[in-house]
Amino acid sequence: MAKHAVESVSPVPEYRAWKTFLDDRLALAGVIVLVLLVFAALAGKFLTDWFVVFDPSVVRLADKFLPPLSVPSEFVAPADIPWFGMYLLGTDELGRDVFARMLQGSMVSLSIGIVAVALAVSIGVTLGGIAGYFGDRRLGFISVDSLIMRFTDVMLCFPTFFLILTVIALLPSSIYNIMIVIGVTGWMGTARFVRAEFLSLREQDFIVSATALGLPNWRIILLHMLPNAMVPVLVSATISVATAILTESALSFLGFGVQPPAATWGNILADGKGFIFDAPWLFFIPGFAILLVVLAFNLVGEGMREAMNPRLRPR
Amino acid sequence: MNTTVLRVGDMNSSNHDPLVAVRGLKKHFAVRSGVFARVHGWIKAVDDVSFDIDVGETLALVGESGCGKTTLGRAVLRLIEPSAGVVTVCGRDIGALNFTQLREFRRKLQIIFQDPYSSLNPRISVGGIVGESIRVHEGASQPEAQRRVDELLERVGLDASFRRRFPHELSGGQRQRVGIARALALGPEFVVCDEAVSALDVSVQAQILNLLSELQRDAGLAYLFISHDLNVVRQIADRVAVMYLGKLVECAGVERVFSTPMHPYTQSLIDANPIPDPSYPPTTTILEGEVPSALNPPTGCPFHTRCPQAMDHCRTTLPLATVTETGHTVACHLYAQS
Repeated sequence: MAKHAVESVSPVPEYRAWKTFLDDRLALAGVIVLVLLVFAALAGKFLTDWFVVFDPSVVRLADKFLPPLSVPSEFVAPADIPWFGMYLLGTDELGRDVFARMLQGSMVSLSIGIVAVALAVSIGVTLGGIAGYFGDRRLGFISVDSLIMRFTDVMLCFPTFFLILTVIALLPSSIYNIMIVIGVTGWMGTARFVRAEFLSLREQDFIVSATALGLPNWRIILLHMLPNAMVPVLVSATISVATAILTESALSFLGFGVQPPAATWGNILADGKGFIFDAPWLFFIPGFAILLVVLAFNLVGEGMREAMNPRLRPR
Repeated sequence: MNTTVLRVGDMNSSNHDPLVAVRGLKKHFAVRSGVFARVHGWIKAVDDVSFDIDVGETLALVGESGCGKTTLGRAVLRLIEPSAGVVTVCGRDIGALNFTQLREFRRKLQIIFQDPYSSLNPRISVGGIVGESIRVHEGASQPEAQRRVDELLERVGLDASFRRRFPHELSGGQRQRVGIARALALGPEFVVCDEAVSALDVSVQAQILNLLSELQRDAGLAYLFISHDLNVVRQIADRVAVMYLGKLVECAGVERVFSTPMHPYTQSLIDANPIPDPSYPPTTTILEGEVPSALNPPTGCPFHTRCPQAMDHCRTTLPLATVTETGHTVACHLYAQS
């Protein structure tokens, strides 16, 4: 159906997908923000951890609650004066440089977002793929498909955020535990997607043909089905990254996330909430950063969805 | 239940074994509904079908949409597991093969599809599509596989440079040629052509039909040619089997079927086939009504609800296949007395 249209209109659909994506200004803006974020996260990791130019943990009690762009006072030791000669984003209640802390936090947000979603997607693709391909087989009284999909339904019934809170309360709250917990509670949508894609692909003639050629199952799944099922998965993964970043921020905000003194956007925000009237930048800077990144991921995901869907393409 | 054995091999009853022998093949689909997926009924998509195909022979399978042609084609190849019946290819019962044996045996059995757009993986190049089975089954090296792919492409009338193209760059006819090259890659003996030319333009249809005949001559392929287009069937088939509601109703050599159709269903099918000649008298008998639901098929002869010559007897008793002196095998009470 749609494939006929693509064939007759354009000889290279992939190229059209790119063009549609690049024509979407919002998605392009999202990409630019994400590129800047990746750059900031890498620079942040490098400049705050290994080659310390911006030290997020220097306490300067004389300079607390300075608004953005203010100059350090004469009471600050020369070694503690920030690199730009001023506090780009102000200081917090201990006189720590908010710019340095935001830089450090960007790596946490980005890596949690990406690792958690990669984990969720791997679990989802595996379970969804098994349910979609081997679903007819029976294990005793229940088919593989029913078993996996009912388990998925059970997982969907949990209020995920409270499940994460409970688990984090029991486990030491390291960044790795947070990644794992967010990943393990976030795979259900992907599993359903992949199962649905596999069920429809399995009926396609080229899959029947692969069976008729006597190709092994793993080859049919990995080389013929998975590449054709990945587009919606990648689109939804982009949007899930935004959700994972939000979840991490919320956890840090509630004090269950990455523990101080390590800075994350969530705990900068949490620390700032007590001073919202005296030092609003402590609240608005991380809040705005989270908003921007989540928005960027959503726009990119939306742009990808439109670019990959032949029916939504203009003309 | 009453068994109808419609042996179409009787016509050329020779002493050698047929390449493909199908006996009593059935495929019944359970209709499930409700929370506990209780079986509410059975759709008898293929019901007790038997036929033979010889080496180098084309058996055409014709019938209306939904009569079970495609299901039969796939059940013969065990692409869907038959409910009952035996399929023997080259003397081996393919129902008895285990998973690994079946995978190995599949090189002798291939299939060509109707829709050239969905039958090729859009993400793999033509070379990959055609060469994959060679690399997997024979462990051929990259250059060896490539040489074989080039040969195959040339054999189906495509330039070797097509190896690097992707399916979306090809026209419908070119895609169908790629599909044929893929089916030929392992040197099969029996190919099911499932409406292989129905989706193509008439001119391309003719080219593909000629290609199929050529390949048959060169390699001694046997075809089960599934089609609803009687003109195509007349051109390519050696023998014709007519299917109605999951059962074979008539089978005979192609000229016999077209000149003297015996079963009333075959008669109306051939009568309904348009002839591009305004001076030709218009169709005399037009079938009325719809094909009955396969979920609730009529008792007796499945065709009695639409048959212009139906008798009381037809409503109660399933007609058995009989071989007439003209070489037709037909399942109809009109000919039972002979």
